[in-house]
Amino acid sequence: MAERPLSPHLSIWKWGPAMLVSILHRVTGDGMALVALPVLLWWLGALASGSAAYETFTGIATSWYGYVVLVGISWAFFNHLCSGIRHFVLDIGAGYAVTVNNRWSVVTTMGGVVLTAAFWAVLVLA
Amino acid sequence: METQTPFDRKGTPIGRVRGLGSAHRGPHHWLLQRFTGAGNLLLALYLVFSVLLLPDLSYDSAFRWLSQPAGALPMALLIVSVFWHARLGLQVMIEDYVHGPGRKFAVILVLNLATFAGAAFALLCVARIVATAVGLDMTQGIMQAMQAGRPGGAL
Repeated sequence: MAERPLSPHLSIWKWGPAMLVSILHRVTGDGMALVALPVLLWWLGALASGSAAYETFTGIATSWYGYVVLVGISWAFFNHLCSGIRHFVLDIGAGYAVTVNNRWSVVTTMGGVVLTAAFWAVLVLA
Repeated sequence: METQTPFDRKGTPIGRVRGLGSAHRGPHHWLLQRFTGAGNLLLALYLVFSVLLLPDLSYDSAFRWLSQPAGALPMALLIVSVFWHARLGLQVMIEDYVHGPGRKFAVILVLNLATFAGAAFALLCVARIVATAVGLDMTQGIMQAMQAGRPGGAL
């Protein structure tokens, strides 16, 4: 490949909502691929192995660091869900005007946090 | 008239392909990312609501839910859709951050192996959960038949 100058990277751009939501989409997506999928495999593997293996899984999952990982995974999921829906809207050619784009970028990022809180509230309180 | 291929042309890479039109294969990755993304949206939300509707997340509750079709089938579909989607996403990250054609090829090779291994293991787990539940049901049926004085007559 020919050596050509690359476009300026993170350090040179002024931060804006669209930049944040784009970076979070990639971080949460790749983060889930590398962390959430192994946890899913462990959960399924434990369920398939029997109650003793499942106890081992839940023992670690309900420790303080287990909860940190699980809350992180759930936030990554809901964040990626919201910004993924934003991508579907952008794909049809809507939402590119700067004010509209900025507004929905903020709504998307907040939505991920709100849905995560709602999920755990229902799970723990219900 | 002789057909000119991009390989016959001289000049820069962009100059060689300019004016040829679309190869129609470019959007393949992009489209699959959307198709699997739409699948993930439906199936993952189904999983989220299923988890919230379970009485608890004990072994018995989770096992019973995953061993019947309304749990096992969406889970199998989710496994295929989500591992495919994750593979496509990780490929983009690798293409952006792993430099050098040889290293890139090697990492994507490992990615493909890991994706298929992970998805196959997950599907096997679901199959085993379903099979275990079927086995338990049959054992129960035989026990009941024996208690009713019809040894072996249940099946």
